[in-house]
Amino acid sequence: MLSEVIQSTLTILQHELLKSIYETAIMLAISFSFSLVFGLIFGFLLYLTSNKAFFEKPILNKVIAAVINFIRSIPFIILVVFTLPFTFLLVGTKIGPVAASVPLCITATVFLARLVEISLKEVDKGVIEAALATGANTSLIIRKVLLVEAAPGIVRGVTVTFISLIGFSAMAGMVGGGGIGNLAVQYGYYRYETGIMIFTIVILVIIVQLAQFIGDFIAKKLSH
Amino acid sequence: MIRFEDTTVSFIRDGKDFIAVDKVNLEIKKGEFFGIVGSSGAGKSTLVRTVNLLQKPTSGKVFVDGKDVTDLTGNDLSALRLKIGMIFQHFNLVKNATVFDNVAFALKASNTPKAEIEGRVLELLDLVGLKDRAHVYPNSLSGGQKQRVAIARALANNPEILLCDEATSALDPDNTKEVVQTLKNIKSKYPITVLFITHQMEVAKSLFDRVAVMSQGKVVEVNSCYDVFAHPESQAARNLINKSFEGVIPKEVIEHEQNLYLITFKEENAYDPVISYVSRNYPLVDLSIIAGNIEYIQQKPLGRLLISLRGTDEGDINSALEYLKQKAFVHKFDREVIANA
Repeated sequence: MLSEVIQSTLTILQHELLKSIYETAIMLAISFSFSLVFGLIFGFLLYLTSNKAFFEKPILNKVIAAVINFIRSIPFIILVVFTLPFTFLLVGTKIGPVAASVPLCITATVFLARLVEISLKEVDKGVIEAALATGANTSLIIRKVLLVEAAPGIVRGVTVTFISLIGFSAMAGMVGGGGIGNLAVQYGYYRYETGIMIFTIVILVIIVQLAQFIGDFIAKKLSH
Repeated sequence: MIRFEDTTVSFIRDGKDFIAVDKVNLEIKKGEFFGIVGSSGAGKSTLVRTVNLLQKPTSGKVFVDGKDVTDLTGNDLSALRLKIGMIFQHFNLVKNATVFDNVAFALKASNTPKAEIEGRVLELLDLVGLKDRAHVYPNSLSGGQKQRVAIARALANNPEILLCDEATSALDPDNTKEVVQTLKNIKSKYPITVLFITHQMEVAKSLFDRVAVMSQGKVVEVNSCYDVFAHPESQAARNLINKSFEGVIPKEVIEHEQNLYLITFKEENAYDPVISYVSRNYPLVDLSIIAGNIEYIQQKPLGRLLISLRGTDEGDINSALEYLKQKAFVHKFDREVIANA
């Protein structure tokens, strides 16, 4: 009985595993790198436009914040459906890992932007003031003070974003993105292949643990 | 070097207008070690921050080196700040950067050529006695060492002015001495103008040439450091001096006494036997000494006695007081200051 289960699990894995891992990797690579760049940009923008010492622009700040809140209040699965026309316009298809990456990019970017903003807001105001008092220009203060002081927090935020992306990519997989999550649903759930279900869970747990470990390690290296 | 002209700063606090600095007129001369003292909330920090425009005055003007700086922005503001160093109560070092990088930051701010930065940083750290700690992070330093790093950073661009905002207030007495010594050392080597804010009279005594006393946003007294201690004119200055007895005399002792006076003897009358004169000539007055000390301010001796006058005859007490007032500077010692401490 048990050997039959294992046999069937192995057969399915032989056919599906590589493809699933590849699809998940595509989704994660696109959405993670996109959100890393734009999450940082929007996070800094939120912070800098709200701060009198830099480029205080209350209206711009409110607009960005409102858009971010709007996107964050939409449940991810609905966001996927909601963005379908846009996705089609952008990549010419509504299915597959690349198409699934579009809503992933959006959701991860706004998520990370907020986390980056929070980390920046936690930078000691006195330190920024001391930097201003030296006569340093804004770009130097951003690079040598804000970024350096907020770095551990930002790395933790990036780690959390990456881990959330793994979860979201499983969901995106269900609606046509493929990937490990899709493997679990198609076989583990619909076809009662418990072996597949357990296997995918184990893989996801390992990836998440690894990501957390690396993130914590880097954050620790950066804080003194 | 620095001149305040009707400088006023007001904030909106809890919906109400709050005047932190109220029409201050003050001039700090080139090369002076100038102190501003006052209890917390007197507006001294706000005032000093208008010099490098960390705080823009609401009205009035601030002049640095004869130039009106009140409305500077952009590059002009950066240029002004390059010639004004500043240190803070909580040091404000970048904690994820090494001591070296913290000092180097100020040099990068002034676009110092890369090749010169390393030598200059080490020279500055040597000046504050921390050359061997260049590659550690601020968290492994003591408070006094952190402040010395901050001093090195503040001096990086050879400023003409050093602003010190409660620079020793977060330090214990040993670390305070260390920082005070560093500042004295720097002052003896460079003709820098120092504007130092503090509520610690101990620090004021050992550092300042001249002192301004602030209370409720106003400058209420300006005098040489010695004179402010020898004959404080304003109530604010007297309170600050009384407060320095805090912890020296037990509260219980103070609470039992009605007529407490602080007598300050200046150098020329320090040798008059006033106490024995009072006890001989006013037999109905009991005079007891609660505390006393002699200290040196700007190398000049200053003697102080905290006395209690007791007696049944008001007239005698008053004439004894009159006699004392002729011989020394006498002011009523406000018991509340210590009782409420």
